[in-house]
Amino acid sequence: MTSAERKEAISAYVFLIPFFLWLVFIMGGPILAAFFLSFCKWDILTPIQFVGFDNYKEMFFNDPRFWKALGNTTYFTALSVLPGLVLSIVVALLMNQKVKGIGIFRTLFYLPSVVGAGVAVAVLWKWIFNADSGLLNYMISVLTQIPIADCPKWLASEAWSKPALVIMSLWGVGGSMIIYLAGLQGIPTTLYEAAEIDGANRWQQFWTVTLPGLSPVIFFQLIISIVGSFQIFTQVDVMTDGLGGPADSTLVMVLYIYQKAFKYYQMGYASALSWVLFIVIMLATWLQFKYSKWVYYEGELRK
Amino acid sequence: MTTDTIPSPDAAVDGFWASKRRTEKITRIVVTIVLVLGAITMMLPVIWMLSTSFKTRTDVFSVPPVWIPSPLHFENYPAAWTVSGMYAGEDWDFLGIPFHGITFTTYTLNTLTIAVLSCLGTTMTASLVAFAFARLRFPGRGPLFLLCLMTMMVPPQVTMIPTFILFKTWHMYDTFYPLILPAFLGGGAYNIFLMRQFFMSIPYEMDEAAKIDGCTNFGVFWRILLPLCKPALTTVSVFSFVYNWNDYLNPLIYLDSNSKKTLALGLKNFVSLYGQDYHLLMAASLLISIPIAVMFLIGQRYFIQGIATTGLK
Repeated sequence: MTSAERKEAISAYVFLIPFFLWLVFIMGGPILAAFFLSFCKWDILTPIQFVGFDNYKEMFFNDPRFWKALGNTTYFTALSVLPGLVLSIVVALLMNQKVKGIGIFRTLFYLPSVVGAGVAVAVLWKWIFNADSGLLNYMISVLTQIPIADCPKWLASEAWSKPALVIMSLWGVGGSMIIYLAGLQGIPTTLYEAAEIDGANRWQQFWTVTLPGLSPVIFFQLIISIVGSFQIFTQVDVMTDGLGGPADSTLVMVLYIYQKAFKYYQMGYASALSWVLFIVIMLATWLQFKYSKWVYYEGELRK
Repeated sequence: MTTDTIPSPDAAVDGFWASKRRTEKITRIVVTIVLVLGAITMMLPVIWMLSTSFKTRTDVFSVPPVWIPSPLHFENYPAAWTVSGMYAGEDWDFLGIPFHGITFTTYTLNTLTIAVLSCLGTTMTASLVAFAFARLRFPGRGPLFLLCLMTMMVPPQVTMIPTFILFKTWHMYDTFYPLILPAFLGGGAYNIFLMRQFFMSIPYEMDEAAKIDGCTNFGVFWRILLPLCKPALTTVSVFSFVYNWNDYLNPLIYLDSNSKKTLALGLKNFVSLYGQDYHLLMAASLLISIPIAVMFLIGQRYFIQGIATTGLK
């Protein structure tokens, strides 16, 4: 190493000091600590107690609420990610057309997703889902002539509470729409020209040029949105007043972790739950990488 | 002879172009109609929110709903903001100035303190760390950056409990520190990644020229690259501000006293206390969302570009 190289390396490490501190105190350390805690019993006040695999045994064999929470989270993920994906691609395709006032449309579609993560929006949707006087049932009864009394009870019903969460999440498609739009604009126009010369119609162009060109972005978005929907919390906590009801039908993993840790002070059990969530998310991500042959990278040689 | 129009040698070609133009026109009309319908659907909840916020308590539940209430009850807004009875007797202070009675003003000042400081910390440290990853050569750069990316996969709930215990043992429970300090430690993997991608798109010749002129590494960062990064810096600061404005789980865990609560927590309290007063709830929700919408409208040009940078490269 020359002295110039050494100087560069030293200044790099100095610049990285915040990152190292973060890695130790906010990320790496806590991950390991959570792993250790998951084998303990601890209520913060009394001394910590090592209990081996007891938390995990309890969770898998003796805790129906855990299975309920895992099931609910998976259900929500399965039902929200795919429709969200299709919808945001369709909207992005429309946004990519040369239409007057497209800037206004983009803003109108994107705005809800910006405000969307907050408590305010959860409060709004709680009101929209109100069974008797809410907007949704009113619209349904206007469009289908079904009397409001026969419409779904949404957040008050065990069967409809999760679909309600899905509908709310679809309102935020604008966020991924913007990313797909950027992806669409990155596909070289020469490919479309070539396809046109070969006589491909719009539909064929979509399947042979647009979709393969967009596939890396779809892959990225799929991973991000699955990770995100496994972590749903704020909306459920606000709309169900922290209970995950009715009858635990909206009890999701993070809400259950929160309840165990900060309502019952079972820090060990909550840590075990959080590690299971972590493993589920990693597994889902790993599976997507494993079956990612459908993703087409421009720079890559194809056999 | 003029060359204004080039006469086509073949009428069939003319016909082809004419029909192509017609299809394009029809497509454009169809797309516009679909977009208008879509935009109405997206905006309907917002209009509903606005409409509810101007009603009286009894009008709120009338079916079919009245879209434009008459008269408009503007007084709902100040009423929601100062909600009487909501810890009305408690004292609090901001920067040493004493106040009496907790209202949304308390929550706004708390949220602003957290959001502004976090925003500052994130933009400063994320760009510094990203600069090291993007521009400096040092042993371990590749693996460290990979590690940084991998942390994006870690759900925050895993680190939540130990971090909570850590801050509690440091006597920072019920203070703003746990919500601000992490921002000064790089601001998280996503922001570092976004900044790094942006630095990578700036030609390396800039650095070399500056170094030949005697610039230090920090000088290159501070004087050459940072001024070129305004779109990325805007994106990171807007994202960080919005994140902290909306954040619910962290304040929920760390803040306890009513006088320390943020807007998100205050609104949640409001829902628990006045669950059926939807006219007041909607007024408060709207007021809380406005700063975010405004920030978005100001920064939109920049951060759509910013997202494009991370999404693609």
